[in-house]
This record gives sequence, C-alpha cells and structure tokens, in this order.
Amino acid sequence: MPLVKEQRSSPDPAAIIDFPPEASSLAIRGLSLAYGDKTALRNLTLRVPRHRVTAFIGPSGCGKSTLLRVLNRLHDLNDEVVREGEVLLEGEDIHAPEVAVAELRRRVGMVFQSPNPFPMSIHDNVAFGLRLQGGLSKRKRDDIIEWALRSAALWDEVKDRLRASAWSLSGGQQQRLVIARTLAVGPEVLLLDEPASALDPISTLKIEELIRNLKSHLTLVLVTHNMQQAARVSDYTAFLQQGELVEYAPTDALFTNPRLARTENYITGRMA
Amino acid sequence: MRGGVTKTAASRRLRLPRGEGAGAWLCAGSVALSLLALLALLVLLTVRGLGHFWPSPVALVTLEDGRQLAGEGVREVPLADGDGLERLYRTGNRDLDGERWAWVRVSAIEAVGYPADLVVVERRRWGRAIGHLVAVQGAGGERLEGEAAWTALEARLAELGTLRDARDRLREEVILPLAGRRDDEAAARELEAAHARLRELQAAMAGGRLELATADGGTLTVPLAQALGAYRPNAMSPLDRLAAWGEGVWRFLSEGPRAANTAGGVWPAIFGTVLMVMLMSLLVTPFGVLAAIYLNEVAHQGRLTRLVRIAVRNLAGVPSIVYGVFGLGVFVYGIGGRLDSWFFEAALPSPTFGTGGLLWASLTLALLTLPVVIVATEEGLARIPDQQREGALALGATRLEMLSRVVLPMAAPAMLTGVILAVARAAGEVAPLMLVGVAKLAPQVPVDGDFPFLHLERKFMHLGYHIFDAAFHGGDVQAAMPLVYATALLLVLVILVLNLTAIFLRHHLSTRHGALTRR
Ligand SMILES: Nc1ncnc2c1ncn2[C@@H]1O[C@H](COP(=O)(O)OP(=O)(O)O)[C@@H](O)[C@H]1O
Ligand SMILES: [Mg+2]
Repeated sequence: MPLVKEQRSSPDPAAIIDFPPEASSLAIRGLSLAYGDKTALRNLTLRVPRHRVTAFIGPSGCGKSTLLRVLNRLHDLNDEVVREGEVLLEGEDIHAPEVAVAELRRRVGMVFQSPNPFPMSIHDNVAFGLRLQGGLSKRKRDDIIEWALRSAALWDEVKDRLRASAWSLSGGQQQRLVIARTLAVGPEVLLLDEPASALDPISTLKIEELIRNLKSHLTLVLVTHNMQQAARVSDYTAFLQQGELVEYAPTDALFTNPRLARTENYITGRMA
Repeated sequence: MRGGVTKTAASRRLRLPRGEGAGAWLCAGSVALSLLALLALLVLLTVRGLGHFWPSPVALVTLEDGRQLAGEGVREVPLADGDGLERLYRTGNRDLDGERWAWVRVSAIEAVGYPADLVVVERRRWGRAIGHLVAVQGAGGERLEGEAAWTALEARLAELGTLRDARDRLREEVILPLAGRRDDEAAARELEAAHARLRELQAAMAGGRLELATADGGTLTVPLAQALGAYRPNAMSPLDRLAAWGEGVWRFLSEGPRAANTAGGVWPAIFGTVLMVMLMSLLVTPFGVLAAIYLNEVAHQGRLTRLVRIAVRNLAGVPSIVYGVFGLGVFVYGIGGRLDSWFFEAALPSPTFGTGGLLWASLTLALLTLPVVIVATEEGLARIPDQQREGALALGATRLEMLSRVVLPMAAPAMLTGVILAVARAAGEVAPLMLVGVAKLAPQVPVDGDFPFLHLERKFMHLGYHIFDAAFHGGDVQAAMPLVYATALLLVLVILVLNLTAIFLRHHLSTRHGALTRR
C-alpha cells in the first residue's frame, strides 16, 4: 500500500534545482513518511550539495524537522513511523541493513532547536562523542576538543573554565557548545534544526557567522523559521508545504524571484 | 527600591478578600498543629526515654507505722476515694519482696530523707539493690566496714570492669577466630593458652561480696561478680550525675539486653536494624532502578505498560503483613527449605535457611519497598527532557551508552529519593519481620569474625520489635516503659541518620551534575 494516497499537486520539475551526483553529499529519492496514519512527508526527491548551506523553510508543521530526523535515522526508535523511499549519503543507502546507526550518526551530526548540553563539564560535553569511540590518547582528545571549540567560535570564552558545568553557560554559548560537541566527532554533514530560534539576536548572529565558516569543510542543512536568516546564510533554499517539496532554488533566486505563486505568497507573508 | 517592593507586597496581602484570609489562617493553623504534634512526640520520647538514665536522688521514706522504704519518687495520682494523693516509688531489692514498685499514701508519710550514704547497686540479676553499705568482703575473706568499705567497693568494681572487658576481648578476638581451625596444631596450642588465660581471668573475677542493710531492716548480700556498678545517688554532684547519665546512655547503646529485654542495652537491636535496612537498600535499588528503566525507557508505551505501572503503584498500598506472609511462604519455606535440602542436609532437621533470618527479612522488605523505588525513579526519568536522550544518540551513542552516561546520572537524585523513601518505610516496619526473621533475643549479632563474617541465615534483633516485646511481653511493664521510650527515640534517630545519609548522598550527586539537575 503506498504511503501517499493522493499527491496534492504534482511537483513542478522546473521549480526544483538538481545537482550532479558527484557534487552532492545527500540524495533523497521518493521519500515519504507517516506517523501512524498521519502523513508528514510526501514523496520528496532532492539532492543536497556538498560543502554548501542548504536551508529548508516552510510553515510550522510542514515536516522540516521530520525530514532532518530521517537524515540521521532518529526515527528508528519510534515504531509508529512508516517510511518509504531512500536516502543516500555519498551514494550509500543510509537505511541499508549493513549500515551501523551509530556510525551514521557520527557522519551526520545534528543540532536541535533548544540547546541540550549534558549535565557535565564543558570539557566532558565535547569529549562525550570521542569517549564513545574510544581509542584516543588524552593528549589527542584534548587537541580535538580545542579544535572543535575553536571551530565553534567558543574557545576564547571557555578556555579558562573547561571544568565548569556546561549548564553555567548562556543559551547562545550552550548552542555553540553543542555544535562543538557535534564537530568533535568529525561529521561530514551537519543538520541544524532552528538552531537560533531560542537565542537572542547577538547570539543568533554568532551562530550564523559560524554556519558560514563551517561550510568550507561541511555540508550544512539548516531548518529555519526566519526568512532573513535563510537569506543571510544559505546558498540554496527549499520550500516545503504540507510535507511536499514545492520549490528548491539558489537562495537569491528563490527570495527575489520565486517561480511559483505558493512560494511567493509564503515568502511575502513571512517577510512582511 | 527593595523597601518599596515589600510594601507593595504587604499592602496586596492586606487587600486579600476575607474568605481567602480565613483559608490562609486555616492552612497555617493546621501546619502549626501538625508541627506541634510532632514536637510533642519528640519531647515525650526524649524526656521519658533519656530521663530514665538520670540518677535522681533516692528517698528514704518513713511511714506513720514506722516502716521504711527507699526509692525514687516517680509520680503522684489522686486516690480513688478522692481523699488525698498516692505516690509511686521505684524501689529495688526485688529478690527480697518480689516488688520493684511501691504505692504509698502521701498522708501516711511521716518523713522523707535523703541520706548521703545510701548505695544503689546495679546487679546482673534481680535488678537494683538499695541500702546502706555495711561491709565489703574481698576475695581473700578480709572484711572492710564504714567509709573504707565504699572506697574498696568502688576500686574493686572498676577492677572487675577492666577484667570483664579483657575477658570479652579475649573471647571475641582470640578464642572465636581460633575455634574454627581445630585441625591446625599451632592454632590448637594457641587456643589452649587462651583458654588458660580465660580461666585465670575468671578466677580473678570470682569471690567477694557486699552486704547492704536495707530500708526495711533486712540484710542483703550481693556477690561482687553479680554487681555491674554502684553509686551513691544522694551524694552526687550535678557533674557526677551528668557523668553517670552519660555512662547510662552509653551502656544502653552499647550493651545487650538483660532481664527478658526489660533492662540493659539495645546494641544488637541497633545493629540488626541498620544492617537489615542497608541490605534491603542494596537489594531494592538495582531491581527498582532496572524495573523503572524498563518501564520508562525500553517498554513500548502501550496499554500493557500503563497497566503494569498502575499495578506497581497499587502494590505500594498493600499492607505490610501481607508481604510478611508472602516472605514466609516463598522465601523461608519455599526457597529456604529448598536450599536446606540441597546444601545443608547434614544439619537437618534443624533448619539453616529454612527459617526466618536476616536475608529473608531484607528480601521481604526489599519487595515491600520496591514500588516506592520504581515510582520515584520513573518520575525522575520522565523529567529528563527527550532532547538529552536525542543529543546523546545524535553523537553516535548506542541506547545503552545513552542510558548509562546521560540518563542514569541525571536520574540519580530521583533514584536516591526513592531509596530514602524506601529506607524510611523499611526501618519502621515491624509486622512482616515477625514472620520472616526477627528475634526476641539474639545477642549474637549477624556479623562476626567467623567465616563468612556476614551470617545471612541468622536471626537478628530489631528496634521496632524490641519496643513491642519490651512493652508487652516483659514481666514488669513499669520497669520496661522508660526503655520503651528510649528505644522508640533511638528508632526515630536511627531512621533520621539513615535518611540524612541518603539525603547527603543525593545532594552530593546533584551538585556534581550542576544546578539544573534539581529542576
Ligand atoms: N513524534 C510524532 N508523532 C506524531 N506526529 C508527529 C510527530 N512529530 C511530528 N509530528 C507531526 O508531523 C508533522 C510535521 O512535523 P514537524 O516535522 O515537526 O514540522 P516542522 O518541523 O516543519 O514544524 C506535524 O503535523 C506534526 O504534528
Ligand atoms: Mg520543527
């Protein structure tokens, strides 16, 4: 039985940009997903370009978080979820039986909406993923921790209090700590689900700058509610509505000259 | 600025509608009442319990008809015919007249005096002896009278105390450990020497006696080996009294019971209570925590899980005696009987594990407190945001790693809260213990120098049961009452200490994991 009973509107191929396989790190093909009998994603097909920032925008409840969670298999634990279609990471199916979930999650890191540092020291938070892997000398681990904190633009603020509780940091610092924690395990792809929505404007700007810097060696996927933010940091933007991919284009083009009226309505409504 | 704020708050409070004000008063009143009731309980236990050890002056009462008696005044009650008062005296010399208490009509008293040379002797049997010291006879037969007798008595009693300590130490530290190694020749020789030394000590303690002239004109002879201590209650300075009080309290805490639990100390009961509660905690914590983790983290959250959860909550309400019956049937007769027939056949028909004992009692109480630990841990687990779990998974943690490294440390304070509640409940439980292993008298504590050091099959004493036994099963309830109060106070204190330990642990854990753990 197909998951999607009726396609609300057939996707307009001209409104959806494609990338050559060798330039993309993720490929999503015919992905549909339902929570029980409630469909959340409908037949998505798209590629995510390597070492670029791709933003997903769309109204609340359109399935953005659901999509991100598919990409690192966080749905595995929910036995209500039914999925169809495939997701390829560098050409390999992430749902293939031989793929180790833990390994996949290290390659595809995820940062959530509200900062979720563990109740341990700053140092231990960043060391968490490294300790799980084991096999690293303390020296090496400390080097990686410093590198990760520097990459997350947090090192200068915390280098003198690495042993302090992570919960003593401000919200913005906590979110950067979570990013550093994720970077430390060396992901290829970083998924960010509204990473700045719980933060103040200055912290938001810091996170945005960080995202721009990280794309030199990472593929970033950003979900955001904030149109300006998508416009500021992303190279490509995909617009989702009711679980469907409506339009996917270079960010400039999508915001200044959307092809479809649905996209334009949403953007002008949100921008106003 | 601050003052301004307070003022606003105060004026707002004043503007409360009448009904609400009355409600607040009602609540505050009931809080105050509850606290008062608790305070009254503690004060009663403290005064009655600890007051017992205070050496109060001993009166020498002369009655109208010329008879005399010696004892401490305890209380006065109006006579039944409404005509004057009657006073209760706590006397001694039970071996002479079989009584330790005397009711005296106040109007029949001619004179009350407090002679400084009145002597009270604590004895191993027959309780106290009271009288004037006439003479002390040493082991060699030399006889001392007057003040010299008192000096000699004090010296000899101190000596006897030292000898007694030496004997007990010899028994516990040398003879008992050696007794298990009979086939070893060197050990056998050592044991022989130790027994010789024991006989020497016993010989040194034997002999001698003291003579008292009692108030009713008789003479009482007490062998010195029977005397545990002697004092002159009317000649003591307040400091002496305090010292005697301290010694009395210490002996109560450190010695075993005497005279069918109506005198002596409660050390084996303290030890048994604490040991049993600690064993219970060790048993209940892993089971409770694992069960809670299964219910909250692993099981599919469907109807069955909900049903199990409700059942667990309801188990907490099952009367404790029911657990006792279960423990007796399943642990003692079922498992214990089986163990006996497999491993302790040589000892049959006398049971080893097939009778109540420390292990079965701890297990029964662990079962009894399991729901408390499960519920508290589950609540702690439910309070941990899912984002913490997902954060760990997203870093490549397996589910087990996520649970052990993130979830469990965060739930530790809640787990300990569960253990605290379990300890509080278990330490005060008596009813089920009567079925599964508590003993009226078990002077041998379940831990000693014999392999395997902790004797899980032994019966043990318990403060709660000791209270019950001393209050209702002793021959002399009047004499036992102060000990009952003191034991009750002690039980409250033991529970308090056990709880404080757990609270301290929890605090330690939650500060280690940062302030937000206590959210
Ligand atoms: N765990 C879940 N169980 C059932 N339905 C869910 C669950 N998570 C999300 N949904 C539903 O799926 C749809 C998409 O949700 P989501 O991906 O969170 O949207 P977005 O992130 O775009 O706001 C929503 O209608 C939401 O109600
Ligand atoms: Mg979302």
